[in-house]
Formats: sequence, structure tokens, C-alpha cells
Amino acid sequence: MVTVKRLVLDVLKPHQPGALYFCQHIARLGDDYQVCLSVEEVDENTQTLQLEIRGASIVLESIEKAIAEMGASLHSIDLVEVHNEADKP
Amino acid sequence: MSPLRRINRLLSVSDSHGILRRYLVVNGFDGALAMLGLIIGFLVSEPAELDMVTNACLATAIALGMSGVSSAYVSEVAERKRELGRLEDSMISDLGESAHGRAARWVPVLVAVVNGGAPLVISLLIILPLWLVQAGFSLPVAPLYLAGAVAGLMICVLGMLLGRIADVSWVRSGLQTLLVAAVTVALIYLLTG
Repeated sequence: MVTVKRLVLDVLKPHQPGALYFCQHIARLGDDYQVCLSVEEVDENTQTLQLEIRGASIVLESIEKAIAEMGASLHSIDLVEVHNEADKP
Repeated sequence: MSPLRRINRLLSVSDSHGILRRYLVVNGFDGALAMLGLIIGFLVSEPAELDMVTNACLATAIALGMSGVSSAYVSEVAERKRELGRLEDSMISDLGESAHGRAARWVPVLVAVVNGGAPLVISLLIILPLWLVQAGFSLPVAPLYLAGAVAGLMICVLGMLLGRIADVSWVRSGLQTLLVAAVTVALIYLLTG
């Protein structure tokens, strides 16, 4: 079974919600998600972030939905780590 | 998410906690001072029937409430729309379905409720002694004087609240607003008496 283990996303978000809430909201999407946010650029109304998410099986669709719900937009997927694990008998 | 947390989230996203606090205090103060003025006006005039006094005060309270709700809603809708438009230009995306879009639709309602509700509720509390006497309860003090005292207390409490918000001495802040009420009463007596 092929599962996504790590994603690095380029995200543009408004100042609100803040970075802490943003991270926590993404982390709540998966039981074992580890989320690391790094602010790359700031202007009057927006912040450009690099968002790194690690987990046993990351679901990109739910992350995209959460990002849009918070008023942010996903610009690009900069890094993907995918594992192909043998299904258990 | 509980309704209170949802409201808190909308206020955070739109940075509106401050404006809600300001409207609560400013318009609460308007309501309290307007009621105090009305009560003092009745005290310096020929004695009037209690139900006439109550109706005049209630009508004023309702008018203050309606004024607060309508003016705040119209102005906040315009402001929030403008802010959302600016943010959408910066984000180059439609934020209608996001938390920001929901905030732009609902925060004006919240602000309007607070802006109109504050003077209305405070005014109703002030005229409570008048209603109690009309309902048959006997009070130790004449109802108009008691209503005036309640108005003074409300004004003082609003001042204390301001002091807490500004992180200054709430006692001093309460006394300052009480002084404003005293000056208002003095002016009314001076100019009408």
C-alpha cells in the first residue's frame, strides 16, 4: 500500500488566523500528524509559509480543505515522501 | 465546536474583540446617561404619572437600541466587505466560503447586537424600579430617585470596566465616569431649574 509520509507545502495565508492556530488545526486532522510551520515572507496582509507535515498516512485532500477553510491558499507542493509498504497478510 | 467558541473564532479572524468591547462601553454609557438625563428631567418638572415616566423611558430605550443596531450593522457590513475585498485581492482568491467570508457576514450582526443591546439592556435595568412600583412592589426610596441611583451605579460600573480593559486603576476610572454623571446632573439642574 502506498502512503504519504511527508509533505512540504508552500502556502499563502492572511495574518489571521495566527500561525499557532493554523498549525494546530492542521495537526488535528490526523492522530499522529507532526506539523512544522516556517514563515518565509510577510507583507501588509499576508504571510508566505512553508508547511511540513509528517505522519503515518497523510491525506492531502483534508489538508487542502482545512487550508482553504482558514482563508489560505496552497501554492505548491514542494516535497513529497511516499512509502510503498507491503500489505499485511 | 461550541457556539461560543465559533463566535470567538470569528472575532479572532476578523480582529473584532476590541471593537465589540468599545461599542459595549461607549453605547452602554450613552444609554445610561440618556436615561439619567430623562429621569432628572422628570424630577425637575411637575410631578408626572408613573406610567407616563415609564413609557417615556421605555420608548427612549427602544429608540436607543434600534439606533445602535441599525447604524452599527450598516457601517460594519460596508467595512467588512471592504476588508474582505482587500484580502481577496492580496490572496488572489475568493474567500467567500472561508472563515474570513463567514466573519464578514456574521461579525456585523454581532457588533450590531452589542451596539444596540448595550444601551437597551442598561436602560431597562435603570427603569426597573419604576416597573417594580407599577407592579405593586413597595420600595424604600421613591422610584425616580432609585432609578437615578441605578443609573449612577451603571455609569460607575462601566467606568470600572473601562479601567480593567485599559489596565489602569478601576476605582479611579469608575469615579471619573461617576463625575461625568454628576456634572451632567448639575448642568441639567442649572439649565432647567
